[in-house]
Amino acid sequence: MDDIRLLIDFGSTFTKVVAVDLDKVEVVATARVPSTVESDITVGLGEALKKIEVNTGIGDLEEREALACSSAAGGLRMVCAGFVPELTSKAANQAALGAGAKVTGCYSHKLTRQEIKEIEVTAPDIVLLSGGTDGGDEKVIIHNAKMVSRTGNAVPNIIIAGNKTAYDEIRAIFSDNSKNVLYTRNVMPEIGVLDVAPCNREIRELFMKNIIEAKGIARAKSIIKDVIMPTPSAVLEAARLIADGYEGAAGFGELIVIDVGGATTDVHSIAQGKPAQADTVVTGLPEPYEKRTVEGDLGLKYNLDRLLELVRGRETPPNFDTIVQGFHEGKLPLTDEEKACHRLLSCLTVEVAMSRHAGRIEVVYGPTGERLVQHGKDLTHVKIVIGTGGPIIFSGSCHEILEHVLFREEDPFSLKPENPRFYVDEQYVLYAVGLLSQVEPDKALNIARKYLKQI
Amino acid sequence: MKKAPTIITGTVGMDAHVIGTKIVSRTLKDAGFNVVALGMQVSPEEFISVAQETNADAILITSLYGMAELDLKEFNEKRMEAGLGDMLLYIGGNLVIGRYDPREVEPRFKKLGFDRVYPPETDIVEVIESDLKKDLKAKGKM
Repeated sequence: MDDIRLLIDFGSTFTKVVAVDLDKVEVVATARVPSTVESDITVGLGEALKKIEVNTGIGDLEEREALACSSAAGGLRMVCAGFVPELTSKAANQAALGAGAKVTGCYSHKLTRQEIKEIEVTAPDIVLLSGGTDGGDEKVIIHNAKMVSRTGNAVPNIIIAGNKTAYDEIRAIFSDNSKNVLYTRNVMPEIGVLDVAPCNREIRELFMKNIIEAKGIARAKSIIKDVIMPTPSAVLEAARLIADGYEGAAGFGELIVIDVGGATTDVHSIAQGKPAQADTVVTGLPEPYEKRTVEGDLGLKYNLDRLLELVRGRETPPNFDTIVQGFHEGKLPLTDEEKACHRLLSCLTVEVAMSRHAGRIEVVYGPTGERLVQHGKDLTHVKIVIGTGGPIIFSGSCHEILEHVLFREEDPFSLKPENPRFYVDEQYVLYAVGLLSQVEPDKALNIARKYLKQI
Repeated sequence: MKKAPTIITGTVGMDAHVIGTKIVSRTLKDAGFNVVALGMQVSPEEFISVAQETNADAILITSLYGMAELDLKEFNEKRMEAGLGDMLLYIGGNLVIGRYDPREVEPRFKKLGFDRVYPPETDIVEVIESDLKKDLKAKGKM
């Protein structure tokens, strides 16, 4: 019997399974069934596995070794609260995004009662508190800890990742509190230093231990081995592996992954992002080498209204308004006219998401002349862009859509890739590569090499 | 014993003359202060947000290119707005272009909110010993 590994993604609409033959480095079967997380996650999982069993002849043995990621039941929802918006709040936000979370709120300075009410309504899986460099400001994080300690059951998990000097006092605040409070290293221990890895690990651990339990996802463990990370995190793991390679095996080098979905669009860049021009000064918080941004207002199914605002003033295909109304009602693009409309919306999504992810150059005029200041990452020299997500994969015009990530002469200050090669994740294997990278990184890399198609 | 006061250093605006602030940072460190050295070309806004996050007790700006006054216009108002009214502000160096009389320039920078204003070639050790420590003690921060 070949060594077959099952890799599963519990999405909010579909449960997807990929079966990979590790010896032959081959995808032997895939299945996609509607999610049943609202009632009983194991029902949909069972159905999907049955399809795979028929096609491959695998059985319980493989199923018990299967690994999964999940974005079902709202994904991993987090609220971040720090002190200064462009410093510790931003650092906390980066940590949450890097751990695959959906950030439902990001607050700065001392939290008010009104904001606490908002947070309770949002009911996030985790509240992440940062604030102060080590030895710096303690007042804000202590105040915020007090405020959060008074919230009800809507806020079950709290991670503290701020000024360590404040921890003793914060521990005292939570001493007779039923909340699950975890303490980790400061996400910004000193000015100019971003240290999100320890916080990322805490988040993932919490996700595996508590959050999937609370969402009913953990039931899947009666059939498979474990649900080990949120789906966006699996995609980021895959992106890193493909870029950096593993031990002897070289990767693709610096790259960008753009993942267009129904509700959001994710952009991952695995790149240093240093200025291409020597005389540029970089300002602001250092950017993570593995950076993820999520555009919560850009999705091809749930966020059409926002997209339509962006369409205004552009040339649209015939019957655009009526056709988009159909998308609103859940119709998928089938005719050429419909596809043209969907393509336009996908192109726009990619363009806007890439512009927001990429850094910008600002020309500052001062007494001694002009100076170039870079905010964010310079991605002009990134040579690889990988597209994934239904709207790209099934569009039939991946290249045209992905071209919208490109640097444009009309907007020379946006540091988008100038001359990359495009790849498409045709078989939806990226999340599977990310999951597999945790146990068989060399084979995961080979799967990626084989199934990412250059276009 | 109180913890060592936190002092932020840097040059402001587009001033790339970094030697002064390096010497100041080094000397402050040797004197036992907690130093957040921002280096050259720091914007007024960055000084303010860093001071908030690090709960700094003082900012020591060095300047050589003679444009500091222009760069620091409204700096005092901004830091007041940011809740940093109690923080000490020092500046020293070549503060205006050309030869000048420090006695004439000092009141202009005091008006911009600076507690101490120093001419070129000031001895930083003396500044620390006779002014900074005294001013911090007066504010109960040392």
